[in-house]
Amino acid sequence: MAKMTIDDKLGLDLFHTDELTSHIDVDLEYTDEAEIRKLLLACPAECYKYIDGKLSFSHLGCLECGTCRVLSHGKIVKDWHHPHGEVGVQYRQG
Amino acid sequence: MSEDKFDAIIAGGGLAGLSAAIVLARAGLEVLVVERGDYCGAKNMTGGRLYGHSLEKIIPNFADEAPIERKVTHEKVSLMTEDGSLDIGYGSKKLSSEPGNASYTVLRAKFDQWLAEKAEEAGAEIIPGILIDRLLVEDGRVVGIETDGEEMYSECVILADGVNSMLAQQIGMKKELEPNEVAVGAKETIRLGEDVINQRFGLKEGEGTAWLSAGDPTLGSFGGGFLYTNKDTVSIGIVATLCDIGHSDVSVPKMLDRFKAHPSIAPFLEGGEVIEYSGHLVPEDGIHMIPELVGDGVLVTGDAAGFCVNLGYTVRGMDFAIESGRLAAEAVIRAHELNDYSKAGLASYEESLKDSFIMKELDGYKGFPTILTRREIFENLPAMADDIAAKLFTVEGKAGNVIMDIINSLAEKTSARELVDLITTILEAF
Repeated sequence: MAKMTIDDKLGLDLFHTDELTSHIDVDLEYTDEAEIRKLLLACPAECYKYIDGKLSFSHLGCLECGTCRVLSHGKIVKDWHHPHGEVGVQYRQG
Repeated sequence: MSEDKFDAIIAGGGLAGLSAAIVLARAGLEVLVVERGDYCGAKNMTGGRLYGHSLEKIIPNFADEAPIERKVTHEKVSLMTEDGSLDIGYGSKKLSSEPGNASYTVLRAKFDQWLAEKAEEAGAEIIPGILIDRLLVEDGRVVGIETDGEEMYSECVILADGVNSMLAQQIGMKKELEPNEVAVGAKETIRLGEDVINQRFGLKEGEGTAWLSAGDPTLGSFGGGFLYTNKDTVSIGIVATLCDIGHSDVSVPKMLDRFKAHPSIAPFLEGGEVIEYSGHLVPEDGIHMIPELVGDGVLVTGDAAGFCVNLGYTVRGMDFAIESGRLAAEAVIRAHELNDYSKAGLASYEESLKDSFIMKELDGYKGFPTILTRREIFENLPAMADDIAAKLFTVEGKAGNVIMDIINSLAEKTSARELVDLITTILEAF
């Protein structure tokens, strides 16, 4: 099968996007690379990126699994809750 | 009931919540299901396979009308290395031979919508597209929900809000999840066509395969790969326990790409079209992660209660969710008859859980979460199996001694102490 990027894959999913409001509050100033590495490796949607020593995060494409909350609650993930009703991913297969 | 008060509000329209709703509505209680997705199932994902026995109790012969994908008649378990795979396969008419022992591959967005229709037919009200912000608590008793500033009241609330269960956490019934208690699952649904699936997997119409594998899919970290045949698609994915993230430098999404490209997997997927990508947490720690299950005016069910068993060769959660939803509903019906929704009035939920397969199996398999954190299972064992199989099946005209080869392989991949240690862990688990 042809290689797909994570953006290609997420592009197949149906999202109701609230571009402005993130349901996850991330501490972008966090610098502990061991902690950052866990989120880079675990997030199935690759919402977390670490480029040139700078952490970035986008809630767009988030699959709402809760992995980052469990791994880094109170550290990188300052606050995590479900998006408002109807917002976010809407699986058609599941 | 009064005009504006429900007998029960159910947080979450998944399998536990909808099962509870059906049982309550049939008993004539006023039930409201609040679901945060566009429709029931919109936020849900499974590997996955549903063992049918618990839903049979609520809707006998449900598979005749429900949107199941295939009936599982073929089981496959593999130990994988980078270039090899030692497989155990079992196909038999004994598998899924009758409704009481049948298991089915399902896709939750479709399946849950069907179950929601059943709940509505029974008389339950379902409001989708609404997130419950918090539970209303008066004098230590749950009396309803708040959503977008609006308050809704009920005699009790059944929490069926999934593995993250923010609501059970809010009222202190459930602790924050720990990385050793859950795994992340990432899955692709790939369309191949019904005939192609039948041919490649050797299936007759309506028959399905469940295939679990350990070792190379997660590069030796705790977890594994799965592949289930649906009607005209396959569900393929990776499950990785969060406490072992970082054992390798390969990310979960990359593990899935590697797994799809594995020489024993890739030929099955050739020419397929990915139609959806999904992710979810899976409760994995069994009886060790069960929260408080009953409080004044509140009960916890399904994934929110951590009801799941992973034995490596079989993974179950959905049948537990359905059973717990039914048992919670029966406890609420009893509370309704007694007009006592206090913790004591709802206590029959915990008692019936203890008598059910849920607690008996969680207790019986309480050692399994420990086994599945043994590195040997995911690293040494697949490598050893690969090595021994390669020696057994290779003939190149040189004299050899298979028994010595096996002993040498064991010695290379593990020490006697490690082996004894692993066997002890496994025995202790039983």
